[in-house]
Amino acid sequence: MKSYIAQRLVIAVLTLFGMSVVIFVLLRMAPGDIVDVLFSAAGYVNPSEKQAILRELGMDKPYWRQYVEWITQIFHGDLGKSYRYDLPAWQIIRPLLPVTIELAMLSTIVAVALGVPTGIVSAVRQDGLLDYAMRVFSLAGLSMPSFWLGMVIILALVSWLAWIPPLTYVRPTENFWLHAVQFMLPALAVGYRSSALIMRITRSAMLEVLREDYIRTAWAKGQGEWAVVWRHALKNAILPVVTVVGIEFAFLIGGLVVTETVFNLPGVARFLVEAILWRDYPIVQNLVMFIAIVVILSNLAVDLLYGLLDPRVRYA
Amino acid sequence: MAVRPIGAEIELTRPAMGVRRDSVAAVVRRFVRKKPLGAAGGVLVLIMVLTAIFADVLETHDPIATDAAATLARPGPAHWLGTDHLGRDIYSRIVHGARVSLIVGIGSTLLGSVLGGIIGLLSGYAGGKTDLIAQRLLDILQGLPLLVLALVMSASLGPSVQNVIIAISIPIVPRAARVIRASVLSIREMQYVEAARALGLRHLRIAFRHVLPNTIGPFIVLVTAQLGAAILVEAALSFLGLGVPEPYPSWGRMLSVSAAEYAQKAPHLVLFPGIAISLAVFGSNLFGDALRDTLDPRLRGG
Repeated sequence: MKSYIAQRLVIAVLTLFGMSVVIFVLLRMAPGDIVDVLFSAAGYVNPSEKQAILRELGMDKPYWRQYVEWITQIFHGDLGKSYRYDLPAWQIIRPLLPVTIELAMLSTIVAVALGVPTGIVSAVRQDGLLDYAMRVFSLAGLSMPSFWLGMVIILALVSWLAWIPPLTYVRPTENFWLHAVQFMLPALAVGYRSSALIMRITRSAMLEVLREDYIRTAWAKGQGEWAVVWRHALKNAILPVVTVVGIEFAFLIGGLVVTETVFNLPGVARFLVEAILWRDYPIVQNLVMFIAIVVILSNLAVDLLYGLLDPRVRYA
Repeated sequence: MAVRPIGAEIELTRPAMGVRRDSVAAVVRRFVRKKPLGAAGGVLVLIMVLTAIFADVLETHDPIATDAAATLARPGPAHWLGTDHLGRDIYSRIVHGARVSLIVGIGSTLLGSVLGGIIGLLSGYAGGKTDLIAQRLLDILQGLPLLVLALVMSASLGPSVQNVIIAISIPIVPRAARVIRASVLSIREMQYVEAARALGLRHLRIAFRHVLPNTIGPFIVLVTAQLGAAILVEAALSFLGLGVPEPYPSWGRMLSVSAAEYAQKAPHLVLFPGIAISLAVFGSNLFGDALRDTLDPRLRGG
């Protein structure tokens, strides 16, 4: 067990290292830099001024030195300075984190609450009308862009209830209910999409388990449907579901990129887009690395959770 | 190398010889009967393909032409689905947007799947250290959400149709490689592959001529499954202004520029492009699911 975790951690670190190279190279390939963005706003380019800014930002150094400096900084807990705001990157990123984490958690709760029950019902009533209805419902969730669903939700609220959701971030300490509503709407839009994947995996896992001998035995003992499904079948079907929930939690951030923009929430994902457009490398690099770390950690957590949920799983 | 017994290669290495071949019409008829939902999805995809091909015939207005006299017009006889804030006809823009979505969707899916497929084939067939290294490298690409990687890619490549296709295809590569590798691992152990090896064929020939054709089932499933996701990513990129550039009408960008601002005055700006995206993705998802159930033997009868 211990050696398994150690091995997984080594692989995780190597993967993160590879990712840092990929991200760094990609960003340096990008046409234009922060200085171009700044000057294009001003409408003219002053070459000597441009050089001065580049030097000040350390962008005149060879790429390999920039890379080494970035990695060294990370190991010293320093995320560098934002080009655009001239503030330490950490100072900018930190207040964004709770917003995105809260959104990701709420979306996951929505996804599980929607996906698991529909998946179970759909499997129990396989090929019935209810099964078809739920499959179409979940597939619809997989097909709608979550940012568009968010726009439609806002539109519906405006035209039917004549109520406009708050356009700026409301702190929970300011007005808890408004804050809750503000977060529930995007969580619904994003969670609906993830629920589709969870529903499908729940359905297929349940179908598999429901064909097992011990389920037939449970039926033969005269157990009610409720007991067979919940007590006997679900326990063994939940493992693949946990995997998908874990993977989805990490990948929700992808969906949040656009949804945070639609709902104007000051989270990591929306800020990433802005930073990319501004070529604010320290912010982009560190945000992408942050997302990668979240993805890898949640994958690791899922693997370890396996052992807790299923005693048959042994780590070699 | 000894003289290669060509006849023997054909004899020994063709799996499923003499299997009855059904006509295309019969296959389609059976598919429609067994998978009505999948067939409906197929029809949606077909409609989208036809719309994209005949966009010039189907349009009622020039999709790029602005009309200051008719901005934010409601849907009606003059403009079937209304106009946007610049007076451009929404219906014609959606019809032409099908072209962009389809080209980017199919282009990036095929590019990513073929690249990933080749990597998966070689890495699965070679096994050992090569396989291990390839897998770790793919892990790196897969460690980021599809949209985040596509976002960084398209920002670094600059806005153009080709670059958007490349940006979306790269995140598909590791996913495709995984699928193809998994099926190569089982095919590799089959007797007819062993026979081919016993005949002294070169590895590359075995991999491409004898193993590859049998991964076509999973490959088709993969492509149809990724198509919907690729269309969604294109829409999201264009929405954020990092996708297909002006003046091409793109569904995602139709939602971004004006929609948010004018949504209250003109809800059709938000509704119709989104419905177009959803229907296209819904169709390809339905079709892909049915295809997977039909082609993937593990799920047959499930």
